[in-house]
Amino acid sequence: MPNVLRRPWLWAWLAAAATFAATLALGSGRGAGGLAYAALSFGAFAAIVGVGQMLVITLGPGNVDLSIPATMTLSATLALKAMDGAPDTVLLGLGVALLVGLGTGMANFALIFLLRLPPIIATLAASLVYQSLAIWSNRGLRVKPPQALAEFATGRTLEIPNVALVGLALSIGVWIVLERGVWGRWLLAAGQNPRAARLAGVPVERVRATAYLSVSVFAAVAGFLLASFSGGAALNMGAEYLLMSIAVVIIGGTSIAGGFSNVPGIWGAAFFMFLVVSMLNTYGAGAGARSVLTGVIIIGIVIAASSRRNHA
Amino acid sequence: MTLFSRYRILLPIASLALLLAVTFYVQPRTMSYFGLNLLFNLAVPIALATIAQMLIIMVNDIDLGIGAFVSLAACVAATFLEQSPLIGAMIMAALILSYALMGAMIHALALPAIVVTLGMSFVWGGLALFLLPSPGGTSPAWLRAIMTVKPPLMPMALVAACLIAGVTHWLIARAGIGTVLRGVGGNADAVRRAGWSLVRLKALAYGLAGLFGVLAGMALVGLTTSADANIALRYTLLSIAGVILGGGEFTGGKVSPAGAVIGALTLALAASFLSFMRLSPDWQIGAQGAILIAVLAARLLFNGRDGARR
Repeated sequence: MPNVLRRPWLWAWLAAAATFAATLALGSGRGAGGLAYAALSFGAFAAIVGVGQMLVITLGPGNVDLSIPATMTLSATLALKAMDGAPDTVLLGLGVALLVGLGTGMANFALIFLLRLPPIIATLAASLVYQSLAIWSNRGLRVKPPQALAEFATGRTLEIPNVALVGLALSIGVWIVLERGVWGRWLLAAGQNPRAARLAGVPVERVRATAYLSVSVFAAVAGFLLASFSGGAALNMGAEYLLMSIAVVIIGGTSIAGGFSNVPGIWGAAFFMFLVVSMLNTYGAGAGARSVLTGVIIIGIVIAASSRRNHA
Repeated sequence: MTLFSRYRILLPIASLALLLAVTFYVQPRTMSYFGLNLLFNLAVPIALATIAQMLIIMVNDIDLGIGAFVSLAACVAATFLEQSPLIGAMIMAALILSYALMGAMIHALALPAIVVTLGMSFVWGGLALFLLPSPGGTSPAWLRAIMTVKPPLMPMALVAACLIAGVTHWLIARAGIGTVLRGVGGNADAVRRAGWSLVRLKALAYGLAGLFGVLAGMALVGLTTSADANIALRYTLLSIAGVILGGGEFTGGKVSPAGAVIGALTLALAASFLSFMRLSPDWQIGAQGAILIAVLAARLLFNGRDGARR
């Protein structure tokens, strides 16, 4: 079998390409360019949280961050409140968002490391607290992002959406660290066999801490960008990204058993997840049918990808 | 090794008792038949959903779609089961069967359960939207009657909780098949070599989970009298929390049915307790998270080295 067929990211990209073609085949309104542009914009948010989630999932079974939606909402709410729509406060907002990400990441890891809670339950319980903080500080008001920030988030450079450029930059950074950096090797080693990694001198706890910090920071950045993109923070803005972040990681070919990660696949999967919905919209499916078909297609991709892996 | 680590059921009981004592102290009027009924009102569907989640966790998987599934069951109960009981019952049976099939497929194709159940949650949610695009439907009269029955001495919610705990404890901890099922979580290879078909066992565990999911949906409709497609989405997280609060663990088939029911009661009580505390609504969810963390932290203290090793 040719080498390229064994690439785990291939299936996500093939699926994305197929849905892209199927949408265009019937899409009378938008052309290929418009659709690709929308996929890049909306896919970028899924890809940013997906890359973060991937780092955590790579740590091995049971490692997953369920606090991503709450972190996104909290960072967006606090950052927009700090900026208060005033010009020249973009850096302040970004700083607040990053601090929120670092804070929630440290809190998550403290629960996991100090209290030895299983990550699923630790991030779940902590996310309830973050959500309350967001509700409390938001109070239903909707602060608009500063003009310049909103223009950046919805704008484009060289015909590529700015949010996609930010997402790509972050992804490429993670990719380089994973493929070339020592930390990346440590992460994979810790995911494959934490005991062996520890005996080999890998600082496993430090690697885990960094992974949980990174996922929160990525979620905070995604929340910050999403709020700027959509003209304000909303309390439920992160909701769909819980399932989305896990789905793009797995569809993208990262092993749920840990120890193997795959950055290119995440982008393919993120495009795919957006394109499926727009394809079903084009075909005039109702909300119910759209949801059922999305589920069936996700499972189909997972089956296709896993049977291919088992043969390889 | 302390008393608590030897009998893992003690800690869930202690946390429930403590929370109950504080609730009684804050609001003495709850110390009555009517008060208890109010406190634990919504505990029955949560307990059933928690048992469903426990059955999946027992075989080392996790179900991220149980909330959507319970919502769908509730929608079926509020529409078909009310209008034409026979078709409604058949749909429920089909739902249970599809859960069993999902379990068999996850095992046979070696798929990650977390993703398959996640994907299925879209399917359940979509089907529920088909049935009830907007909130509505009515509870079958008999279901309403069962859920609002007033037994002597103890409120319905507590009687039902004891019943659920008793039946599932017998099934999982006493009956032979329950031991084998826990064995699948503990050491699947050993169970396979002993001559059991792992596909069938997984299908059984998932099928049972489907059964309890359907029961949870029916109990929920009996209490709320109507349904909507998102009625039970938060049950996914609640059920996971309930299993862990009840002393269960994510791996190794270490689960406790009675503990899971107590965990569900604790979660239901925490919600009622917080509304008694006149806590600002902003903080209610957060306080629930804090209670969850506190109880789990207590587990670490009491379990000592045993807890530290995992």
